[in-house]
Amino acid sequence: MVSKRKKKYSTGEGAQFMTRKAALKKLQLSLNDFRRLCILKGIYPREPRNRKRAQKGQSGIKTLYHVKDIQFLLHEPIIWRLRDYKIFNKKVGRARALKDFENLKRYLNSHPTLKLDHIVKERYPTFIDALRDLDDCLTLCFLFSTFPSIAHVPRDQSALCQRLTMEFLHIVIEAKALRKVFISIKGYYFQAELKGQTITWIIPHHFSFEPQQKSEVDFKIMSTFVEFYTILLGFVNFRLYHGLNLHYPPKFVSMSPNSNEKLLVDEDIFVAERVNALNVSLLKTSDAVDEEIEIDNFNSEDGPENIEDAKKEAENIKKLKTLFKGLKFYLNREVPREPLVFIIRCFGGEVSWDKTLFVGATFDENDESITHHIVDRPSVSKQYISRYYVQPQWVFDSVNARDLLPVNKYFMGEVLPPHLSPFIDKDRDQQYIPPEERALYDPSILEEQHKKDAMEMEDQDEDEDSDDDAKEENESPETENTKKKGKLSVTTGEVYKEIPWEKDRQEKQAYRLREKMIKKKHRKLYKSMMEGRKDRAKEIWLLRKKRRLHDEKKAGEKPIKKKQKAK
Amino acid sequence: MGKQQKPLKRKLSEATFKGEKSKESESSQDSEEEDLLKDQIIEDESSDSEAEIDESDLDSSDNEDNEFAEEESEEDSDDLSSADNSEDENDSDAEDEDEEDSDNSEDENKIGQESGGPISSESNTKQIENEDELQNSSHSQKHKSKAKKSHEKQVTSVDEYAEDTSDEEDIRNTVGNIPKNWYDDYKHLGYDWDGKQIVKPETGDHLDEFLKRMEDPNFWRTVKDPQTGQNVILSDEDITLIKRIKAQKIPDVSFDEYAPWIEWFTSQVEKMPIRNFPEHKRSFLPSKSEARKVSKMVHALKMGWIKSREEQKKIRAKKEPEFYMLWNTDDQADEMRRIHKHISAPKRLLPGHAESYNPPPEYLFDAKEMKDWNKQKNTPWKRKLHFVPQKFDSLRKVPAYPRFIKERFLRCLDLYLCPRAIKMKLNIEPESLVPKLPSPRDLQPFPTVLAIEYKGHTDMVRTISTDKNGQYLLSGSDDCTIKIWEVNTGRCLKTIKTDSIVRCVEWCPNSALSLILVATGNEVLLINPAVGDFLVTNKTDEVLKEVPHSDVIISDRIKTTVQWCEPEQELFDRGVRAQLKHFKMVTQVTWHGKGDYFGSVMPDGQSRSVLISQISKRRSQLPFAKSKGLVQCILFHPTKPFLFVATQRHVRIYDLIKQSQVKKLLTNSKWISTMAVHPGGDNLLVGTYDRKMLWFDLDLSTKPYQTLRLHGTAVRGVAFHKRYPLFASGSDDRSLIISHGMVYNDLLQNPLIVPLKRLEDHKSFNDFGIFGVHFHPLQPWVFSSGADGTIKLYSN
Repeated sequence: MVSKRKKKYSTGEGAQFMTRKAALKKLQLSLNDFRRLCILKGIYPREPRNRKRAQKGQSGIKTLYHVKDIQFLLHEPIIWRLRDYKIFNKKVGRARALKDFENLKRYLNSHPTLKLDHIVKERYPTFIDALRDLDDCLTLCFLFSTFPSIAHVPRDQSALCQRLTMEFLHIVIEAKALRKVFISIKGYYFQAELKGQTITWIIPHHFSFEPQQKSEVDFKIMSTFVEFYTILLGFVNFRLYHGLNLHYPPKFVSMSPNSNEKLLVDEDIFVAERVNALNVSLLKTSDAVDEEIEIDNFNSEDGPENIEDAKKEAENIKKLKTLFKGLKFYLNREVPREPLVFIIRCFGGEVSWDKTLFVGATFDENDESITHHIVDRPSVSKQYISRYYVQPQWVFDSVNARDLLPVNKYFMGEVLPPHLSPFIDKDRDQQYIPPEERALYDPSILEEQHKKDAMEMEDQDEDEDSDDDAKEENESPETENTKKKGKLSVTTGEVYKEIPWEKDRQEKQAYRLREKMIKKKHRKLYKSMMEGRKDRAKEIWLLRKKRRLHDEKKAGEKPIKKKQKAK
Repeated sequence: MGKQQKPLKRKLSEATFKGEKSKESESSQDSEEEDLLKDQIIEDESSDSEAEIDESDLDSSDNEDNEFAEEESEEDSDDLSSADNSEDENDSDAEDEDEEDSDNSEDENKIGQESGGPISSESNTKQIENEDELQNSSHSQKHKSKAKKSHEKQVTSVDEYAEDTSDEEDIRNTVGNIPKNWYDDYKHLGYDWDGKQIVKPETGDHLDEFLKRMEDPNFWRTVKDPQTGQNVILSDEDITLIKRIKAQKIPDVSFDEYAPWIEWFTSQVEKMPIRNFPEHKRSFLPSKSEARKVSKMVHALKMGWIKSREEQKKIRAKKEPEFYMLWNTDDQADEMRRIHKHISAPKRLLPGHAESYNPPPEYLFDAKEMKDWNKQKNTPWKRKLHFVPQKFDSLRKVPAYPRFIKERFLRCLDLYLCPRAIKMKLNIEPESLVPKLPSPRDLQPFPTVLAIEYKGHTDMVRTISTDKNGQYLLSGSDDCTIKIWEVNTGRCLKTIKTDSIVRCVEWCPNSALSLILVATGNEVLLINPAVGDFLVTNKTDEVLKEVPHSDVIISDRIKTTVQWCEPEQELFDRGVRAQLKHFKMVTQVTWHGKGDYFGSVMPDGQSRSVLISQISKRRSQLPFAKSKGLVQCILFHPTKPFLFVATQRHVRIYDLIKQSQVKKLLTNSKWISTMAVHPGGDNLLVGTYDRKMLWFDLDLSTKPYQTLRLHGTAVRGVAFHKRYPLFASGSDDRSLIISHGMVYNDLLQNPLIVPLKRLEDHKSFNDFGIFGVHFHPLQPWVFSSGADGTIKLYSN
């Protein structure tokens, strides 16, 4: 008996992967439906270890899906829904063409809807999984909540996004989960910590919708993503609300149902109402006692330092949660209210704004108990002595510093200090730290440096003086000696001075020789790593140089200004 | 009237044009008058059509009118139209030639409209008349009055002609309604009733016109008939008509706009039926088809096929997704994630300082960086940042980020389209890849500093060697000399001239003989340097004096290869004791350890490239019958009767007694330059022109135990120290590298190789650096000879 010859690519990588075309054929779906299915189910192409084998010897680069993923899709019930859509579209198209409006209406009323609940559960078996993947979801939902009704984005989708994001912001406020905030040129970054997961999202700067080119952005795809994300966010919200013993869906003060249609017409009113809603706490008893969990001292492998660090961190966060407690903020008209109200409320502050412009103001401008008046203009005609007039960056910087920063740098009309990103990993080596950031970690550094500079200057002067003296002293006796003794003299032997960098140089040389003994296997890796290191060093050097030049320029400008003032 | 409005307007505009012209010429009249005049002229124009209407009126209503009157009216209309036409002509004349074409087309249009105009007006008037008939029972009376009116009008028109002084004859044009510009080039305008040409009346020049204007009181109401080219003076009635039309009033003065309304069709129900037959039964019985429809609807409602409005509203409200507790616990999975080997998408990178709206100043682009940014417009993925950092001095000045939506979209694309794979991130320091080697300080002694420099050669020194005790240094150079130096002082003791460049010198390892081997040109010379112990030199001379006799017949193959010769007197004086003349150039000579045999290499010698000679018998042998490649270098094994032969790419080891090949070492390099054998005999160091040095452990395998890439260019010299665990290599990059090469007696332990020191003192010459490397036989010192003509001694 001759055993049957094994066919090529029937096992191993060749059998594990499937091109997109093959997948389409197997699923009997159109490309559009397949794309939709993949987005909803979270199926993605995979990079094979050996592309040639995975493509069954075909050349070129194909989109490869895992065979098991496609099999998984094969059993998906919403595939039938997608087919229903196809039928529905055909029926509607036909009815429309025949002007059979009666049937058309009937068809449209029995429009098939996708139910995605089971997919959420399937993709995120645990709540933590869902939280971990919430970044993209939130960012896209926040973006869609600003959209008007455009092609491929149904109006109720953006309305739903508005509702859900609003609810999410509320739960972040109630849970006091916000940790870091950042104003970037793209928008406001927020980082919250929920159930130990850090969730970062971006809210774009508040401007009207900018139409995109068709070739640039396909809203259909984004809309499909949002379709899933809204469901996910809804369930996440539900669980978060229940975790805090709150009823879901929450009822916001001014979000009455009859005003809903009006809101959609006038966006400004809508935004105003939304911000207003943000300003009202959901919990009736706002003085909920924070559960304080003492971290016990376990003699675990972590060691005492780690426990110490954790304790410190916990204390910091506790402090952060009540950062603005007892402070009263008043937002001037030009200040972007939504992010600021959100932040201030997150950290326990009270906030209000001009009553005549927007609804929901809780106290007036002339309230004497206002501590901070947030202004974003160079001057205000009527000022109260009892409060600080600060720029909005103060709020952001204070949150990132986890402490109320001194306000003097942020006064109205002041040139603001740079706004630094709180997302920089401090522990990474080989990265440039701007002096402002270094001062944040250790405020004494800057002062020390200034002092040191001053000291050095003095030292140098002194050294020079002393050197001169010594020389003079040395020279005078020698000259006398030579004069006295003439030719027959014993010159003092020169002490062999070790060049300080010589040792370093030799070590470096030895290392360079040793470098050449790296195994061939690692040589390229080593080279690329060293190159990367060099590049990073160069970048740091460049930034430092730019900073130095800037500082010098600034220092040069200052005296001139002074002079001008004097004149 | 709507149809007629258009041409009217056009005419009006033309008239205004004319009016303006007249205005220009006018000088004496008041401005008020001017205005009036303008108006009037406009009215003039509009009156034409009005006249037509009137006429049609007459046509339709006056059946019993006398012929004369009709004729007159016809005349009237004709005259008027001709006047119109002539006016057109004038206009077109006045206008630029360029505009003439357009004028033509305009004229054509006008014709159409004009032709359409009267008809419609006719029908209109007819309707009115009919209504009139219906309305007025005493219509005949009115009719009469109307007829009277028309008669009057005729009279006035007659009057008008009476006033007309220019021409009395009947000059009605017969060409019809054609564009008058067709006759532009002719002297005539058309043809009259008799078929005679109607000659264009002479148009006066501006002066004439001016005079007319000044003198003629009727000038303002004078219109040119385009048909005949005659001037027509409009009557007062015409002017009033025109004025009415201009004021948007009904042209007919007698029409009563505010006549009482007569309700013909009232809303009052008549008591008596109008029709004579009774209502059909159908109107009393319920409709069956309707009942069917209703029952269908009811059924559909029952079945839920149709929804009432309230129900529909409810359904619509239900469309919002419902949320419930999907996860019962935080981190316990009710079911497994069913996707196969899930790779979660990596999170987006968090923003750095550069993305801030108010970044530290160093993050902003300077001119150069901006230039780079713009340069990489077509390859944006090569940019370091995906945005240009910007600084705003306050938050309110921050604009919308234009690429925000696009970036979200790209992220979406990445999520569903980008192939994912688990990539292990290497989290090591590059230093950990450098092998842990003992510190050079622990491996002393080894040569570190330049001690003595031997200067004297004028060309590059290819080869060096020392005597057994390390007292004297021997060097051979391209300046055709051999020099013998005292090692400790650096003094040149002797210089021996040769006939051609010296390629290899080697001191005899036998301390009882004072003898050196020199390969120069085609010859190998055995020279007694006559330095050192006097006894030894003398004894050497004695030994070499007597030529041993042997009965062995030397084969032709050897005879043609090498000839042992007694040196001539001159050579003898130089110290040469024996001379071997080879048939090809000799590049290398090497002693056997005992100092009796030596080998010589002639790379071009094909199968006869390696030659082993014996001094005591003055005899040579060719060990190989076949060539195995270009022989680069040969070496004797220090203890065993083995011969290492390095061809271009391989090193072969032959057993000289068994006359067989023992091993073939694979170097994996392109071109071997030199080799050195460890004094133990088990390790071989091979230098190659492709920058590598290969350490072969002969016990281990035929492949190199270690490949050393210490040099940047071709390695030309390698050497082992006889006593210390040191080896050195010199290369064209001018560097001499001293390394520690410890060979253990223990077979389990592999040799330890540590590069110790790099010495770069030689100068480069013609891209050559160091040629020869030789260790001091006793001390940890090393000699190197370079292309710059110097020899250097490094000591510890």
